[in-house]
Amino acid sequence: MNPRIPETHLGDGGLRQLLRRAADPRGAVVILLIVILIAIVVLNPGFAEPGALMRFIQRVSPVAIVAIGQYFVIVSGEFDLSMGAVVTAQVMTAGYLIGEDDSKTVPVLIIMLVIGVVVGLVNGLVTTLLKVPSFIVTLGTMLVIHGGVMWWTGGAATGNPAESFRQLGRGGIEGLPILDLLPYAVLILLAVTVFAVWISRRPFGRTVVAIGDNAQAVSFAGANVWRTKTLAFVLSSLAATVAGVLLAGYAGVHPSVGQGYEFTAITAVVLGGVVLGGGRGTVLGALIGAFTLESLFTLLNFTAVPATMRDAIQGAIIIAAVAYSGVVFAKKHKRPTTSANEPRDPGTTSAGAPSPIQLTGGDGAARK
Amino acid sequence: MKTHLRRLDTTALVYLALVGVLIISAVLVATTGRSFFSPGNIRDILTGMSVLGFVAIGQTLVILGASLDLSVPYVMSLASLVAAQTMNGNDAMVLPAVLLTLVVTACIGLANGLIVTVLGVHGFVATLGVGLMLKGYLDTNYQGTEGSVPWSFQLFGATGIGPVPISTIVMLALAGLVGFILVRTRFGHHLFAVGGNSEVARLSGVRQRLPLIGAHIGSSVCAGLAGLLLASRLGVGSPTVGSQGSYDLLSIAAVVLGGTVLMGGRGSIWGTIGGVAIFAVLDNLMSVMQFNPFLKDVIRGLVIIIAVALYARRRVIARRIRFIRSPTGPIIAAGSEPNGLEPNGLEPNRSEADISEAAGAHNGTGPVLDQESAPDQESASGHRSAPDHERSQG
Repeated sequence: MNPRIPETHLGDGGLRQLLRRAADPRGAVVILLIVILIAIVVLNPGFAEPGALMRFIQRVSPVAIVAIGQYFVIVSGEFDLSMGAVVTAQVMTAGYLIGEDDSKTVPVLIIMLVIGVVVGLVNGLVTTLLKVPSFIVTLGTMLVIHGGVMWWTGGAATGNPAESFRQLGRGGIEGLPILDLLPYAVLILLAVTVFAVWISRRPFGRTVVAIGDNAQAVSFAGANVWRTKTLAFVLSSLAATVAGVLLAGYAGVHPSVGQGYEFTAITAVVLGGVVLGGGRGTVLGALIGAFTLESLFTLLNFTAVPATMRDAIQGAIIIAAVAYSGVVFAKKHKRPTTSANEPRDPGTTSAGAPSPIQLTGGDGAARK
Repeated sequence: MKTHLRRLDTTALVYLALVGVLIISAVLVATTGRSFFSPGNIRDILTGMSVLGFVAIGQTLVILGASLDLSVPYVMSLASLVAAQTMNGNDAMVLPAVLLTLVVTACIGLANGLIVTVLGVHGFVATLGVGLMLKGYLDTNYQGTEGSVPWSFQLFGATGIGPVPISTIVMLALAGLVGFILVRTRFGHHLFAVGGNSEVARLSGVRQRLPLIGAHIGSSVCAGLAGLLLASRLGVGSPTVGSQGSYDLLSIAAVVLGGTVLMGGRGSIWGTIGGVAIFAVLDNLMSVMQFNPFLKDVIRGLVIIIAVALYARRRVIARRIRFIRSPTGPIIAAGSEPNGLEPNGLEPNRSEADISEAAGAHNGTGPVLDQESAPDQESASGHRSAPDHERSQG
């Protein structure tokens, strides 16, 4: 695989370009996903049926939504470690406040959204205005939220919320011709994805990526760094809230729901080609990362690998993925780019596109 | 008064905060009719310091090098198991077991360091991955506690001189040793240089990889020592002893609470020990006052955020004055955050080199290094003496 193939010779270049896309870390994760899915289908042919696929997507939705939320924070160069605690808090809130009373569903949903926004605002404002590293801020809010909710609820499972609320996470539109059942979770995931892709193409999305690359340059350029970053944190905790709503329905109310979600989300995001430290990555990349991770776990369920090795494999995969994208990036970086002065990475939201990553020109200019 | 406070360096501030926490604790405990400074309570606090202290010393090394170590809880669990299984109740096996544990943990640290430096993987991801691999290994191979620690080794965790436990003395001695290494040896200076700006360090003729690998080995070995201490206290090895205490995040919080900059390159061991002491005093206070365990987490989280928020602005000023004192050296931007553009009213000192330095420091944390960028090289030649300034800090 020679990365120096000039793009102009495209006589037989179609295949070469395809190979180039495949070697790109973002392309590689798509290929990994396809390979894993094929392996699952080989081991368990029933998986390929539309109904089973829908249930798979339904199961992945919470993780995928959390990963999409985490994407905005990671790409702006920050961390959100409080996501798992927010998920737990929302699940417990739902269980505690809604109880068996159907009429409380909507008011409590609004309360949960308000909680999500407040957590995001605190994370964002303390990070940007008080200049505390986000790792520390969100670590602190993680302890505060988790401890607070457990203190409030006594740390015990409090029964399941009303059926109308749970329908969001476990129910769906029934009686469809091929699918039989289209889970609401899949629709919500679709809506979240569309919204996230849309917003990442808006000025906000571009600014977030630029801030992750070089916050000073962005602030010199006149953008409002603190407002954008705070909004990214708000989006992140709102995503955790949505995931909490789904999980309360799907998994039930238990204090362990949501545990470790922050690291799972970061793993998924990084697997999808988003760079820790910010500045590079796409929403769809994060989404594909989440699906790859979850399908990998599904594959492990079908094989004889003990469930406890799941973590070990997750660890190996995440290191390999980052190392691989680092190596590919280093190769590209050494290549003398002729297009150094173009605006960087036009394909911010399309995961498959082999957007040439050019930091040499843009970055150097930004630093002056 | 305010300017005096501003002139204090961060470590002094940490200890000032510690004194404040001690006073508040003493008053609160006195209201319940007990003495906070009774020998028994002092021993409790110092005992509480020792495990987190070991981990935080190692974590300081890694964070100074602009990396992180999230694998410590699993290294601790593994260390406790290796030690307890090798000893297996046999007095004669204590020394071999300790040595074996240290070698095993050093190998894990070496793996961490190589993944971070050679493969160029962000420390967060690398150590998270290695930690997960260790967790998988532990969960697969151990169902519960295993091995047993002979009485002679249990004394390490159980005895003390007066109210001071042996383990705390060993921890403080280790802190002294690491502090000395950081301030007086080439390894220490290089670690500061690489942590501050890896690319500038390289251009100044420092091998970037060695200090960081060394720091990771140090961190894992320190976590191994903490695991040994836990094994000696429990009398057995346990596969969950590290993760139960969430030592990864708490040690990072203690290091940052102690004034070390999360982006690397600035900080000190004694600040970390101060941060650990603040945690230990708070924990002890909350136990004595019989707080709900969940409420403890809430307070811990609030203290972390508020304390670091208080330092975050002041730190910039404290550093700046130190650098102005040097007659020849250039002024280094102390913006520890990538967006640290607000110079807190010290605008006149800001030069072009400052800005490029700050930008460089930001990019230096990832693989996204811009080797051809001219400003970086300028600042490299200008800032060659940067490590020397840090010397006065450890």
